[in-house]
Amino acid sequence: MKFGVVVFPGSNCDDDAHYAIGEVIGQPVEFVWHQSEQLSGLDAVLLPGGFSYGDYLRTGAIAKFSPVMRAIEKFARSGGLVLGVCNGFQILVESGLLPGALMRNKHLRFLCRPVYVRVENAETPFTCGAREGEVLQLPIAHGEGSYFCDPATLGELERNRQIVFRYVHRDGRDADENDFEANPNGSLAGIAGVSNRDRNVVGLMPHPERAVEAGLGSVDGRVILRSMVEYLSRDRAAERVSA
Amino acid sequence: MATIETEIKVTPEIAAEHGLTAEEYARIQKILERDPNITELGIFSVSWSEHCSYKSSRVHLRRLPTRGKHVVQGPGENAGVVDIGDGLVAVFKIESHNHPSFVEPFQGAATGVGGILRDIFTMGARPIAVLDSLRFGEITAGGRAEAVASGAKALGVAASSGRAEAAPIRSNVAGIANAETSEEVARNRRILDGVVQGIAHYGNCFGVPTVGGEVVFEPCYANNPLVNALALGIAHRNELFFARAQGTGNPVIYAGAKTGRDGIHGASLLASAEFSEESEQKRPNVQVGDPFMEKLLLEACLEAMRTGAVVAIQDMGAAGLTSSSCEMASRGGVGIELELARVPQRETGMTPYEMMLSESQERMLLVAQRGREREVFDVFKKWGLDAVEVGVVTDDGMLRLLHHGKIAAEIPAHALAEEGPRYERPIAAPAPQKAEKLFEFSAQGMDLTENFRRLLASPTIASKRWITEQYDSMVRTNTRVGPGAGDAAVLRLKESHRALAIKTDGNGRWSFLNPRVGAMHAVAEAARNVACTGARPVAATNCLNFGNPEKPEVMWQFTQAIDGISEACTVLEAPITGGNVSFYNETLGKAIYPTPILGVLGIIEDAECALGSAFRNDGDAIVLLDAGRAAASQDSVVREFSSSEYAKVIQGVVAGEPPAIDLNAEKRLIDCLVDLAGESMVLSAHDVSDGGLAVTIAESCFASDGLSAEVRLPADGPVEYALFGERGARAVVSVSAPSLARVQSIAAQYNVSASRVGTVTRGEFRVECESAQPGVVVRGKIDSFQKAWAESLSNVLDT
Repeated sequence: MKFGVVVFPGSNCDDDAHYAIGEVIGQPVEFVWHQSEQLSGLDAVLLPGGFSYGDYLRTGAIAKFSPVMRAIEKFARSGGLVLGVCNGFQILVESGLLPGALMRNKHLRFLCRPVYVRVENAETPFTCGAREGEVLQLPIAHGEGSYFCDPATLGELERNRQIVFRYVHRDGRDADENDFEANPNGSLAGIAGVSNRDRNVVGLMPHPERAVEAGLGSVDGRVILRSMVEYLSRDRAAERVSA
Repeated sequence: MATIETEIKVTPEIAAEHGLTAEEYARIQKILERDPNITELGIFSVSWSEHCSYKSSRVHLRRLPTRGKHVVQGPGENAGVVDIGDGLVAVFKIESHNHPSFVEPFQGAATGVGGILRDIFTMGARPIAVLDSLRFGEITAGGRAEAVASGAKALGVAASSGRAEAAPIRSNVAGIANAETSEEVARNRRILDGVVQGIAHYGNCFGVPTVGGEVVFEPCYANNPLVNALALGIAHRNELFFARAQGTGNPVIYAGAKTGRDGIHGASLLASAEFSEESEQKRPNVQVGDPFMEKLLLEACLEAMRTGAVVAIQDMGAAGLTSSSCEMASRGGVGIELELARVPQRETGMTPYEMMLSESQERMLLVAQRGREREVFDVFKKWGLDAVEVGVVTDDGMLRLLHHGKIAAEIPAHALAEEGPRYERPIAAPAPQKAEKLFEFSAQGMDLTENFRRLLASPTIASKRWITEQYDSMVRTNTRVGPGAGDAAVLRLKESHRALAIKTDGNGRWSFLNPRVGAMHAVAEAARNVACTGARPVAATNCLNFGNPEKPEVMWQFTQAIDGISEACTVLEAPITGGNVSFYNETLGKAIYPTPILGVLGIIEDAECALGSAFRNDGDAIVLLDAGRAAASQDSVVREFSSSEYAKVIQGVVAGEPPAIDLNAEKRLIDCLVDLAGESMVLSAHDVSDGGLAVTIAESCFASDGLSAEVRLPADGPVEYALFGERGARAVVSVSAPSLARVQSIAAQYNVSASRVGTVTRGEFRVECESAQPGVVVRGKIDSFQKAWAESLSNVLDT
């Protein structure tokens, strides 16, 4: 099993993701340059945080035109696992792989702090190692993470259980878009992370790769990376059986 | 075609407009053995400016201690280099960007961060942390201390408006704003907001964590805020790069952003001289930063260095192409010839004068091995950056500039870089203060609890979370102790079991009242803070912010501060490895407080032993480590306390003397703290500084998970002095009961007293003092105190 970490000009959490997957979780991982047109040999791709193309024009708006994104769309359509973190989430939304939009934080300021998110759907390749309703402490660091979508889309997200993470209070209580203490950017319905219909593409604003070592504050990010590993190995086992 | 500058006949008047004195101009004529042309004049004027040449400070800076067993590279390069073991070195430096940040707070602060980051990666190090030492005018109507002016008269220093004398002391105490002050306050808030967003914009996008620093408010900074940025990087010792051009015939390569007309000092001259229309255009003089470009430049430079084809490299900071080319040539003992027509330009029709003086950001100058330049070009192409051969290294020691093949300037590089003017400016101590208003103990109706609450809410002491949360303090996943969690920032090293601790400190008020002692306190507090995390201080960097050096009193402050820093750095074994001097911090003849800022770097042998300042468990013992002695006489207590934050906040008094400092006591405390942390004997450590013991203990509660404290302090002069006095060489640690005896025996080895003063609780916050009359005590719900401390900044800034 092999992970890829995409490097766009301006990505700045690529090293952190590479370290978390390779050194902490202990899985094979390689960098994928933004101009690569194929993802041969990869089982999962992570779009890291940062300021791809300087966030010029609009976050993720330029990155979506890079060659690697065409490869990632193909990869996703064929069932490959794609995880977008922070700027990676913004890129996935811009390129239409995930629904909705990420807008300026409600209070208009960049914000870096630990937050709590609740696992809303434990039946995805990214959360299968977690309990439904489990509360994770993960750090955020963004200026444009306020999730928004139209009522119809929201209804769909709810029906298809595409809302994977929600900002909540430490004790798991809900936090609506005006509850800045727990919902720091004023996201609609407290949405912190969503998946596509097939659940093989997930994006979230908090940084799991920053929460994998006790010495750095939290290890709750591991469950997301480990779920991917678990899912992929099950997948492999299944293949072997069917073969 | 004849180039523009040959059409301007350089005269002594034009030289004067370039800020060159008659003597300096004569020296230029002597070096060239002829009159300079306008381009050469411009080059000399920037190279010999105070900012680039240190002409007023150099003779004094020599007194600073710069050697130590960890020091690999002292002052003189782009940044200091310190050996941190495991084949690694730390590269760090602090630099000011004060005036640009006043003119345009957002871009001024942003480019300040960008500049110091380039100094680090120019040496082959990857930046891993940024700290910012910030000084602003008051952001609340209170705190316009009349005493600021009373103490200041001798130096013509004044409070924010220069009208401070007129501000009645009671209005400080009551914090009543009149129209004028609210106007100033609003402007100070705008400056702070712009500076903070500028720092966040640049650091967050570049991808370096902003992990600490300090923010202090005093009226004297209203018209001259201080923005000092420190950057820390890591490199392998054998992969360092230096700005020393070598190898005749080697190509000189320009890389990064294109050159524009921004930041040209001589623009006014060009505009006033009557020639071509196209040079009539004016540009804002504050450069605009592009952190995305800088991020690409970082990755491209480090990758290019790894090819082995790079001989030397120097970033283009102040005086852009001029300083980078002449410094590389001078340090390498060679010459450099540039064809300026090849320089990537953002605008058309730029003259050699404009190109050489432009301060466009995110640019680098490299020397590569002839024959391997292709490898360098390929790397920059991969990152989408311009990289062009613009010249060659020569053996004649000249900086020779061609423009379309025609010689535009020809200057001996060494003379330009090293034979600039050096001044022994006149020095005079200011007239002694007479009849200062000193602090009055136990003034009528003293309510310790209420005063304590006000002290916690004073912007200098209050939580800085509103500011630090706008910075990405975690990117690169090394931040072990981040903003607000400890006395210094702690960064683990992925390549080593060690960690680095780093902190900036400086007390302008104390340096104003006594520059020498104030500067010693700056060193001692930064070192103490580093030691509180368990790190042994190994090196320092300094940013010296002062007024106009042509004023003998300012020069006196400067030399006093240098003496204080030298003494303190020697005793505390933290040699100076670099830094920067910022003079002319004056507006309308009003100087700031002399403000030496010290950045101290420390090493933690085992990252697992890093300490924060938060209390950990209900029931732990609170222990006061004290290596010093209280002030001797009642009189000295009054004078000392009159310089405290409490005196300023409660009585509007800024007078007297900083606390006497005992550097050997500071050293013993530091060694003791490092030992205690290394043996994992203490659970938290927090030094005693602004606001004294009561604030120190409260902050350890605030940083914790809802813990409180019950404390009874030993008699130590008047009760306010015991609770809020800022005497150094002290720290508060928390200890699990079983370890108490061991902690006390370790402390005894260092001749440091370790007395249990209280207990960590979950109940009421209570601080009393043995010398106090019954009932005189600070007490209340910890949450209510925390609220006053935590919400003070957002209450005034979230508007």
